[in-house]
Amino acid sequence: MLNINDIMETINMISEENLDIRTITMGISLLDCADSDIKRSCDKVYEKITRLAGNLVKTGEDIEREYGIPIINKRISVTPIALLAANGGDPVMYAKTLQRVADTTGVNFIGGYSALVHKGFSAGDEALIRSIPEALSITDNICSSVNIGSTKSGINMDAVKLMGEVVRQTAEITANRDCIGCAKLVVFCNAVEDNPFMAGAFHGVGEPDCVVHVGVSGPGVVQAALKKCPNGDLGQVAETIKRTAFKITRMGQLVGTEASKRLGVPFGIVDLSLAPTPAVGDSVAHILEEMGLETCGIHGTTAALALLNDAVKKGGVMASSSVGGLSGAFIPVTEDAGMIDAARSGDLLLEKLEAMTAVCSVGLDMIAIPGETPADVISAIIADEAAIGMVNSKTTAVRVIPAIGKKAGEELNFGGLLGSGPIMKVNLTKSPKRFIDRAGRIPAPLQSLKN
Amino acid sequence: MKTVVSVIGKDAVGIISKVSAVCADCGANIVDITQSVLQDMFVMVMLTEIGGLNCSFTEFSDKMKNLGTDNNLDIRVMHEDIFNSMHRI
Repeated sequence: MLNINDIMETINMISEENLDIRTITMGISLLDCADSDIKRSCDKVYEKITRLAGNLVKTGEDIEREYGIPIINKRISVTPIALLAANGGDPVMYAKTLQRVADTTGVNFIGGYSALVHKGFSAGDEALIRSIPEALSITDNICSSVNIGSTKSGINMDAVKLMGEVVRQTAEITANRDCIGCAKLVVFCNAVEDNPFMAGAFHGVGEPDCVVHVGVSGPGVVQAALKKCPNGDLGQVAETIKRTAFKITRMGQLVGTEASKRLGVPFGIVDLSLAPTPAVGDSVAHILEEMGLETCGIHGTTAALALLNDAVKKGGVMASSSVGGLSGAFIPVTEDAGMIDAARSGDLLLEKLEAMTAVCSVGLDMIAIPGETPADVISAIIADEAAIGMVNSKTTAVRVIPAIGKKAGEELNFGGLLGSGPIMKVNLTKSPKRFIDRAGRIPAPLQSLKN
Repeated sequence: MKTVVSVIGKDAVGIISKVSAVCADCGANIVDITQSVLQDMFVMVMLTEIGGLNCSFTEFSDKMKNLGTDNNLDIRVMHEDIFNSMHRI
């Protein structure tokens, strides 16, 4: 018989500490849907996804009921649409098709309105990127991402320049809805092919035809575990996080293999991420504060986050047969109650967040910036972030939301998991325009002589 | 398949009898019971075999949940694998 304390621990994690499976994401390849006639291509896309993912939501709900563990999101990621758009036609038609798929299947997001241009643009890439503002404004459940750099190929600064403009246009075209388009748009360096989390999920070309990934969550569980270790040294803190991450990941592994079995689709990976939500008790910032920082954002934050990120991975790796995705601690500002408070009080600044992204799992995430921020400054923010990822061989990303018509200190509110938060200050006194306008490519970094 | 029925709440007369009655009604065989009372809080964990269930899992689970709501208890029905996978390697 199971130990009653173990059972109570699990139940407590779910009922009191917000333990959940954040997402079951089905990755579907659309390469076989490409057709020179875009209408036929769209029909094939609709048919293939609805056929494979028709039962995804129901299966998720069944598992949730039987195992008693909440599964918050059921999602789909698809082959970067730029690969289909290479055959010509208006890429927005694909966005409309994917929205129809989302409505039919009941999933809450479909990711993959994407282009991979880290070394240069091929047919379809530029057309797709330029269509992003329109695509995101006329759809509700479609997410877009663009990979503009990698450690192996350097940073495509033509794409960086273009993305600064695209982010701004997306904000402008959705200005009457709190600029929500930008919350569904990520600019990556070193994007991963098996990420189950939005907005950056897409189904890489190296992946199988159809696969199921799982993303776990559980910042509240880690925080609660650390509360029981108020005076331990940092070695003990790391050990506590590892043990907790192990348990959380086991849930992900169980749900992933079960979903794979029921859907008749291979199991892909567990993404061992600590993904916060705006709910109280579900915050990564509060974990850092539990470690002993008075507030997130002060000196010491980067070190604490580095410890957390590493311990989560070490604990999770052994708990799963296959780990992948972004795996680590996310730091999306508007989706994390502790980050929101720290940003409001002025303790957490954009510059500190940038430093934190060197050691966290992704990058500058869900950050509202003043509406007056020009496109070249957004490009410069993207370039800085991509450089951190490129040099450190890690994924970095930028998801900033220019709050059109609003200033630093005011607030944006997206609702739901996307949360709300203050508009953060951006240094606009001097311009990076001449640097950004040079465009071209930043060469790939040396992989030796590491200092 | 085995499920863990957990009951948490204020101690009162007849809790086990009410929960067992629902098990019997639905055809769930009780394999093991552990219970304790910690500072007035009643905690019971019941392992049940539901291979011979005469209703759907959802109905069984809903009946337990409703019993919990009626008696001011937190009753959950969860597949035993969730605990096995979390606490056993």
